[in-house]
Amino acid sequence: MPSPAFHAPGTVDEVVGLLAGDPQARVLAGGTDLIVQMRSGRIAPSAVIDLKRIGGMSGVRVEAGTFAIGAATACTALKDCAELVAAWPGVVEAANLIGSVQVRNRATMGGNLCNASPAADSVPALVAAGATCVVAGPAGRREVPVAAIPAGPGKTSLAPGEFVVEIRLPPRPAGGGDAYLRSIPRTEMDIAVVGAGVSLVLGPDGTCTSARIALGAVAPTVVLVEDAAAALVGSRLDDAALDRMAEAVRAACRPIDDKRGTAGYRTAMAAVLARRTVNIARERAQSESTSKA
Amino acid sequence: MSKLLVSTTVNGDAQEFLCDPGATLLEALREQLGLTGSKEGCGSGDCGACTVVLDGNMVCSCLVLAAEAEGRQVATIEGVAEGSMLHPVQQKFLEHGALQCGFCTPGFIVAAKALLDHNPAPSESEVRYWLAGNLCRCTGYDKIVRAVMDAAAQLRQERMPA
Ligand SMILES: Cc1cc2nc3c(=O)[nH]c(=O)nc-3n(C[C@H](O)[C@H](O)[C@H](O)COP(=O)(O)OP(=O)(O)OC[C@H]3O[C@@H](n4cnc5c(N)ncnc54)[C@H](O)[C@@H]3O)c2cc1C
Ligand code: FES
Ligand code: FES
Repeated sequence: MPSPAFHAPGTVDEVVGLLAGDPQARVLAGGTDLIVQMRSGRIAPSAVIDLKRIGGMSGVRVEAGTFAIGAATACTALKDCAELVAAWPGVVEAANLIGSVQVRNRATMGGNLCNASPAADSVPALVAAGATCVVAGPAGRREVPVAAIPAGPGKTSLAPGEFVVEIRLPPRPAGGGDAYLRSIPRTEMDIAVVGAGVSLVLGPDGTCTSARIALGAVAPTVVLVEDAAAALVGSRLDDAALDRMAEAVRAACRPIDDKRGTAGYRTAMAAVLARRTVNIARERAQSESTSKA
Repeated sequence: MSKLLVSTTVNGDAQEFLCDPGATLLEALREQLGLTGSKEGCGSGDCGACTVVLDGNMVCSCLVLAAEAEGRQVATIEGVAEGSMLHPVQQKFLEHGALQCGFCTPGFIVAAKALLDHNPAPSESEVRYWLAGNLCRCTGYDKIVRAVMDAAAQLRQERMPA
């Protein structure tokens, strides 16, 4: 492969300057997508800018229950933050379904998001959790919902010179629980045919007071299915409510056929998987409300 | 394209090498440093034949740029045995016949050692999931898993206070 320039700056401003000055430059987080694409010749960036030497870019900061996950934090390192694991187990599990241990020791959620694969595993979990990201660029910093970043397969809404500095998760709400499941043809090392991320809040009597349901691999980008969430809110997650939720999930799917699954299979499986994921999120929400009682 | 000078530590020894900015750590280890134990099976993160430990975490060296190793600690298969004393994982691979062509073996040994370094008593299913990123076209995996379980047992015994 033609050799790009290599930069390992120490500050966010330097990254912005390098990116703004060279539209063909690419940010390097874990490299598990970027280096594969460079080696296959799919992309030939003029420069690679490593984020891992920037102070504060690796690791999770907990501030008044809010989580700030640096863009250079490897997926396996998320498991080292016990508060994050307790608050958003679905997000941590989703990130730790990616590839193998070798891959997860490098891969980041920021890279998963900005690579913009429709099948990215951590993204539906982040969207369900209501995550945002802090974007730095020539015009300063802005905070946007994670769901606003992917713009289509391999495309993001980031402007020239912009990159994701950190991903933020809110405190876990009282009575809240989240989960992520994916369907793959094997048990490990495969790309999702469908992924479903769910975050629920249950009242003390088990009534669902809020819900977010996000799907991966069934459309060009992650989809937040508001109708599916609306079908659950106000219910006790009884079968009738779950059936309405499943119907809304199927209606939101616009999948493609590929070697991993047909459009019809993906649509049917999305509903099945969403149901299973709701059940896990429900159990987590319930154990939360009983432990508080 | 000008070359980069990278200073790093490999298996405890300070090392310096010149590389293209786009070269991978695997290429630098094999071609610049002559450490040809790490193999390239796929070059895309799928097979684990290139597994090394970077600052305490196992990674695919085919998906690390050599320049990223600046100031870091790299541990490769060449550092697993102590002189002529094989590591228990290596010894058990031999005893169980856990290799045929041997191409995948360095990656499996580095990965298995990384597991046992922080989990002395893994279950069989933990071993299988941990090694999911290492592919072997010859053995069918069973002997590898048995070798790792047996090495874990031996290490536990060795570590037991006398
Ligand atoms: C063997 C293997 C198995 C895999 N399995 C899975 C899987 O099961 N599920 C899955 O979802 N993915 C999988 N992947 C893909 C990949 O590992 C993930 O998408 C990973 O999260 C990418 O993160 P990274 O830090 O390595 O990104 P990088 O490769 O460093 O970057 C990816 C892209 O995003 C850009 N980028 C990175 N960080 C930022 C940032 N902070 N701001 C702006 N742009 C940025 C880069 O410029 C590049 O274009 C697999 C990859 C391999 C090699
Ligand atoms: S050569 Fe690196 S994973 Fe196959
Ligand atoms: S022994 Fe031949 S690939 Fe594993």
